[in-house]
Amino acid sequence: MPAVQETIDQVKAIDVSEYKYGFITDVEMEKPAKGLTEATVRYISARKNEPAWMLDWRLDAFRRWKTMTEPTWARVSYPEIDFQDIYYYAAPKMNGAPKSLDEVDPAILDAYKKLGIPLREQEILAGVEPQNRVAVDAVFDSVSVVTTFRAELAKAGVIFCSISDALQEHPELVRKYIGTVVPVTDNYYATLNSAVFTDGSFVFIPKGVRCPMELSTYFRINEKNTGQFERTLIIAEEGSYVSYLEGCTAPQRDENQLHAAVVELITMDNAEIKYSTVQNWYPGDANGKGGIYNFVTKRGDCRGKNSKISWTQVETGSAITWKYPSCILRGDGSRGEFYSIAVSNGMQQVDSGTKMIHLGKNTTSRIISKGISAGRSQNTYRGLVSAHRKATNARNFTNCDSLLIGNQCGAHTVPYIESKTSTATFEHEATTSKISEDQLFYCMQRGLSAEDATALIVNGFVKDVLQQLPMEFAVEAQKLISISLEGSVG
Amino acid sequence: MLDIRNLHVKIADEDKQILNGLTLKVHRGEVAAIMGPNGSGKSTLSYVIAGKPDYEVTDGEVLLDGVNILEMAPDARAAAGLFLAFQYPMEIPGVATMTFLKAAMNAQRKQRGQAELTTPDFIKRVNKAAELLGIPKDMLRRPLNVGFSGGEKKRMEILQMTLLEPKMSIMDETDSGLDIDALKIVAEGVNARRDPAHAFLVITHYQRLLDYIKPDTVHVMSRGQIVKTGGAELALELEANGYRDYQSAA
Ligand SMILES: Nc1ncnc2c1ncn2[C@@H]1O[C@H](COP(=O)(O)OP(=O)(O)OP(=O)(O)O)[C@@H](O)[C@H]1O
Ligand SMILES: [Mg+2]
Repeated sequence: MPAVQETIDQVKAIDVSEYKYGFITDVEMEKPAKGLTEATVRYISARKNEPAWMLDWRLDAFRRWKTMTEPTWARVSYPEIDFQDIYYYAAPKMNGAPKSLDEVDPAILDAYKKLGIPLREQEILAGVEPQNRVAVDAVFDSVSVVTTFRAELAKAGVIFCSISDALQEHPELVRKYIGTVVPVTDNYYATLNSAVFTDGSFVFIPKGVRCPMELSTYFRINEKNTGQFERTLIIAEEGSYVSYLEGCTAPQRDENQLHAAVVELITMDNAEIKYSTVQNWYPGDANGKGGIYNFVTKRGDCRGKNSKISWTQVETGSAITWKYPSCILRGDGSRGEFYSIAVSNGMQQVDSGTKMIHLGKNTTSRIISKGISAGRSQNTYRGLVSAHRKATNARNFTNCDSLLIGNQCGAHTVPYIESKTSTATFEHEATTSKISEDQLFYCMQRGLSAEDATALIVNGFVKDVLQQLPMEFAVEAQKLISISLEGSVG
Repeated sequence: MLDIRNLHVKIADEDKQILNGLTLKVHRGEVAAIMGPNGSGKSTLSYVIAGKPDYEVTDGEVLLDGVNILEMAPDARAAAGLFLAFQYPMEIPGVATMTFLKAAMNAQRKQRGQAELTTPDFIKRVNKAAELLGIPKDMLRRPLNVGFSGGEKKRMEILQMTLLEPKMSIMDETDSGLDIDALKIVAEGVNARRDPAHAFLVITHYQRLLDYIKPDTVHVMSRGQIVKTGGAELALELEANGYRDYQSAA
């Protein structure tokens, strides 16, 4: 059929020039030698002037990591990673941590500006209504360069800073919570992260406080051959609430780069964390050259009664995504949510999903996953819903929809369900559809171009997830999705 | 306005010939009806005129105001003023009808080099047309055609036809599934725009619609050809005798 042939040709012609964040910033960097040894771990810890217990924790992780092997169960394939050929630390050169924005290399501020993330509080204040303000922690390669609105947040008792600063200023809090959700030996990449994590964000919302603004972290990988190992820890005490968003981009480079993050969330009684991700790491070119390996462990622990953790993710980037933001529903009556849009195009491989572990009574969870595959990409949803013996009346609703564009891509759904209590109710729905030529033709008969028609249909497909994102980001995410799919139809 | 010459069409992937040298003219201001047995190729004809990709034109041409449109993409044909009310309108999940209407109207305006409609202007137009067609407002907020009844889908096609203001409208069995009131409303919509700037090609199986829209011409289609052309009285004759006189003609 002529239209289909045209679609295939277009998909073949997909060009990475669509990636709008591929620029490189020229900054003088400080890097230890490539490779990973005990000395590397000691170097990182020393650079950050960490307490001794932190170094011991890292060294323990490193020793265990050496005995572990990479997981192979995901539906992704890539050449073996040479862990000795990576820089584990890269920081912009300066004398100590910047005390104010004036000490930050202007090139870095410029880079963030290009990405649409202003870091000068005055500039943010000028353009935005107070209720729409967002505090940003900007992580550039291995270090946090600035965290905005720290002072204002401190007035409300909220701690928002880089994890490095938290280790200096609130070591007891970090020590109490780090590794309690994702144990050091959880999995290969989490263990690696535990040994060499460099920076990330730390958030502490005290009892009864509703965080007065959105918090966000913007991760940028800039340096060549450098891994980014971020560590984020968010604690919401009794009755508190926070909405947090992370964004990520990287330059266009021919070699693959590793991003192995660990994110831990903890909610106490009646607390809520809403965690949103807009992931747009460089996906590689049309033939699968280059791009980020995004191997991430994200987990939330609903430790308290009636607490709630909600993950929303829009995944458009990375050559390979391996990521399962999960919830441990420990507190009675707690609730976990996972809303996901995963777009793959070109040669991208996505293996993503969630785990909802029901431990407490009357716990509920909801999973809405929308996978969109185009080009020659492979997109897998992998999910686990389990109920323990004591999780009486646990309920889960899962809906996984896949949309295929063209006929050279693949969508796969791998749901696991385990229930040890007869009172649990698990519902699962799954659909796979293609944007039909008939739908496209119908829209085009009304005057829409093939591209606009596809964008419209895709937007309809992901609507219920987009609605979960904070307003401003929903618009961004929508744009991002259409950019990611540019060139996928004739 | 519409000039179809010796049109030969087959299914793109197969060797199945569906239109066999079809010739048909619709003049400015004319309402032409096509009647014909199931499977004679009526919908195929409407799809080929609108540019559906599954078909291959092996010979002949289709001119819209003297311009051969066969090489044009479907959206360009739409912008040139061609509208097809589908026999089976498509569902677009998650896309509110309002959103769809706005996207379609503005896309056509853009292709014609006109400015986008302002939101108040757009809403005014939609509300007016919806009221005339008896379409409730809450339906406009629902995803396009999803869960709509057969008749509601047809009304929605006419709403789009009204809003897009095409010069050449093809209506493929718009009357099937419509209740009497809706049928009258649709007919009124067509009759109101019977003027030298517009033309209609109405595909139907039933005389009933033609009672309300009195056609200038009636064409009988069989096995991919027009086998007889006459005035409004031809439809009455078909109603009485069926297609048996024409089945062997092709
Ligand atoms: N994509 C297709 N693949 C195979 N056969 C097709 C296709 N489209 C149409 N046909 C065949 O072509 C013939 C004409 O179909 P068409 O839908 O145009 O008939 P019609 O005159 O509109 O019929 P009806 O009155 O039932 O609506 C039928 O035999 C149909 O099965
Ligand atoms: Mg038909």
